[in-house]
Amino acid sequence: MALDPKSQAATALHRFGLAPKPGGLDAFGSDPRGALIADLSRPDAGQIRNDDLMTSAEALRAAYDFRQEKKAARLARRAEEEQDRAARNEMAKASAKAADSKPDMQAQNAAPAAPPNNDKPKQQPGVPQQIFLDEARVRLDAALNADVGFAERLVWFWSNHFCISADKGVTRPVCGSFEREAIRPHIAGKFVDMLLAVEQHPAMLMYLDNAASIGPNSFAGQRRGKGLNENLAREIMELHTLGVRTGYSQADVTSFAKVITGWTYGPPRLDNAKSGQFIFNERMHEPGPQHVIDRNYDQAGVAQGEAVLRRLAAHPATAQHIALKLARHFVADEPPPSLVERLRKRFADTGGDLKEVSVALVTAPEAWDAPRTKLRKPNEWMVSSMRATGIFPSDVRPLVNANTLLGEPLWRPPAPNGFSDMNDAWTDGLASRLDIANRFARQIGEMIDPETVAEQSFGPLLSRDTQETLARAESRAQAVALLLMAPEFQRR
Amino acid sequence: MSTDNRFSPHLATRRELMLGAGALFAWAYMPKLAQAEGRDPRLLVVILRGALDGLAAVAPVGDPDWVRLRGDKGLRADGEFAALPLDNFFALNPAMPNFHRLYQAKQAAVVHAVATPYRERSHFDGQDVLESGIVTPGGSDSGWLNRAWSVLQPADRVAARQAFAVGPITPLVARGKAPVMSWTPSKLPPASNDTMSRLIDLYRHTDPALAKALEERGALAAIAQGDMNGMSPKKIAATPGVPGAAVRAYFAEAAGAAAKFMARPEGPRVGALAFDGWDTHANEGADHGRLSALLGALDGAFGAMESNMGGAWKETVVVVATEFGRTARINGTDGTDHGTATVALLAGGALKGGRVIADWPGLSEQALYQARDLKPTTDLRAVLKGLLRDHLRADEKALARDVFPGSEVVKPMDGLVA
Repeated sequence: MALDPKSQAATALHRFGLAPKPGGLDAFGSDPRGALIADLSRPDAGQIRNDDLMTSAEALRAAYDFRQEKKAARLARRAEEEQDRAARNEMAKASAKAADSKPDMQAQNAAPAAPPNNDKPKQQPGVPQQIFLDEARVRLDAALNADVGFAERLVWFWSNHFCISADKGVTRPVCGSFEREAIRPHIAGKFVDMLLAVEQHPAMLMYLDNAASIGPNSFAGQRRGKGLNENLAREIMELHTLGVRTGYSQADVTSFAKVITGWTYGPPRLDNAKSGQFIFNERMHEPGPQHVIDRNYDQAGVAQGEAVLRRLAAHPATAQHIALKLARHFVADEPPPSLVERLRKRFADTGGDLKEVSVALVTAPEAWDAPRTKLRKPNEWMVSSMRATGIFPSDVRPLVNANTLLGEPLWRPPAPNGFSDMNDAWTDGLASRLDIANRFARQIGEMIDPETVAEQSFGPLLSRDTQETLARAESRAQAVALLLMAPEFQRR
Repeated sequence: MSTDNRFSPHLATRRELMLGAGALFAWAYMPKLAQAEGRDPRLLVVILRGALDGLAAVAPVGDPDWVRLRGDKGLRADGEFAALPLDNFFALNPAMPNFHRLYQAKQAAVVHAVATPYRERSHFDGQDVLESGIVTPGGSDSGWLNRAWSVLQPADRVAARQAFAVGPITPLVARGKAPVMSWTPSKLPPASNDTMSRLIDLYRHTDPALAKALEERGALAAIAQGDMNGMSPKKIAATPGVPGAAVRAYFAEAAGAAAKFMARPEGPRVGALAFDGWDTHANEGADHGRLSALLGALDGAFGAMESNMGGAWKETVVVVATEFGRTARINGTDGTDHGTATVALLAGGALKGGRVIADWPGLSEQALYQARDLKPTTDLRAVLKGLLRDHLRADEKALARDVFPGSEVVKPMDGLVA
């Protein structure tokens, strides 16, 4: 089915990008494929340049300092209370003696003590949460300001593929910097480089527990009797590269876990050049060669793990796994096999060149002809709503809260496999989306003309039913809510 | 999600001014001429969005064509849900006992067969004309109430004397050069069941899977297709689609808060708020059902305004207006479609009330506008100009020139204010 240029542009911007901003549809109408590819060809595609943001190392250090200050303040407060209590006891004794002559004084002393001077401002978030919110704001702005949004969509895809979670407390301050440092630089680069950056990032090493994993025969293992944690090794194979049930065994997981023992990060408390940075700690590393899947790895040190990761990145199962996930995310729950094969082959042929694979995706006819069935996930839906209406939030927190309400809390996936890319996971949230749409519409409803927004966002893709529903709405606010909930907006 | 989130526009345009309006300073004056007379008048404008069926709010039960037009869906002077008599021709919806009491105390009045100059049937355009006071839809970024405030001669400069708007967005009627203070009720208007049923209807036609997903969330099929005739009022109140306690509470809180602010000695003297939900295309439920519940909520708002104004009620006029009326006949889904003339409801101690003001056009086939709607015989601008002139003492020439441009031929209605 050949689409006219304007329908193609609308399809492209919704399926592969973020909803067009006012005027965007016309701007990309002549060559939507070219616009998508150009979005990835920018030298800094996907990157965020912002000197105000902390690196992961700085953020970990700041969070550490914050915790120390809180601890010190708590101790000081406790000591003060202890002194107060002692002083009160003294006074109580004194006044008991004088009770006969001064009954008023006794009554005063019997009154409950004033609450301790607890003047820490409740509404002020702590340092880790403030860093989290700053990063959330920057991430939102990147999406709202993007012309096309394809690069941002890929950032979100890969960030979900290699997810970490702020619910594992220590990672909260580095959720955003992890994405900026390990994901964004590689969305149009090589898969293996992203893989290495991710698995050597403190955030991932914390999240999947590798930072504390110790080789049983290492110096530390011998001395402390602590040992291996297989979490990261397993998830790298199952989720990050090969995919589940692709032939690796428990023995492979265990030996790979040994390979990456010693992959940890410098403790923030040390405040040296390595604190908060990836380090290879020889004293935790399981010595000796390992056999993983089909090869022996006899390298020393960090090179051993890097060699396994390179091999996993180049494994045919990884190409298949990534191809299916990409096609599923962008095109359909059950994508056309020919599309998956196209992407798999491109991944394999180019040594996992993610730009080439992404270009293959947006130039594949199957990716355009597929009916628009995918439900936008909550964040994509809300960001698209803001882009389409041109009304951007001044505060990121309502958006963060709404994402939580809708089941896609930012940087807090329920499990290491990230948020689902299947429609079934999101249909139940539709009623909650209506609540959010209502609230948003009541705030912005009178500032925009819903029919114009609909036309500018969807052009020829706008159904007559939706047009009529908008035209018949009883108020602009209601029309805005209905537009944001219309199938055109929910699906892409 | 927090309910107090503020969205700011991307570009510093008209939008930013509107959003920022809530934080701006006040209209710093009070009307000089009125004050010189020793009065301190208040005017509160309530916009009903969605087009109120005026014939269901105030029914011409004495019109021989009434029963023929509405059949058993029309209010009657007798029976189980008997309308409340206003005079020997008109009767009030029984859901509005507060308004009826005020009417009997000569503190409420009805203007019937009234309409703005707008003669098409688009809600948005109709609301634009109603609120902007400009004949052409989309012709203005400011509302007539704001411009009216601007043309009033300033008396004293009191920092807190200001106009006032309720809700997350200042209604167009109050927007403009004169700054407005706004306040948002703690309760946001509840997610409207009407929006839900419209959405389900859209999904049914375009995306059955989404329809199913939404319907399953609350057995909502009844909203879109259910027929509430024959149900007990209790059962109706429990039916999804009929506004319930949350809507009543929102109306009362919003209107009551506006009154409370305006009653203060240093408070605003002019205010505006808007209530949505009046677009009753299906299962209108004038005597028991959706519209009845909405009118009941509006009646509760009248009650809240009266009691919260306290002593200031005697210097108050509340005007309730909607963008247009609805078809004179009931349509195929027990509702009414977009029409033309409707009612304006007036209340307040400053009013010369106890009257239905109407140049009644009749309901015969020939009398209906385009053979379908109540024919407009009174221009709403005449009512508003009458109130602005006689209550706030706005200059008549300025009203015709700045507030309702091009309305020279529409003379202010005399004698609305006591």
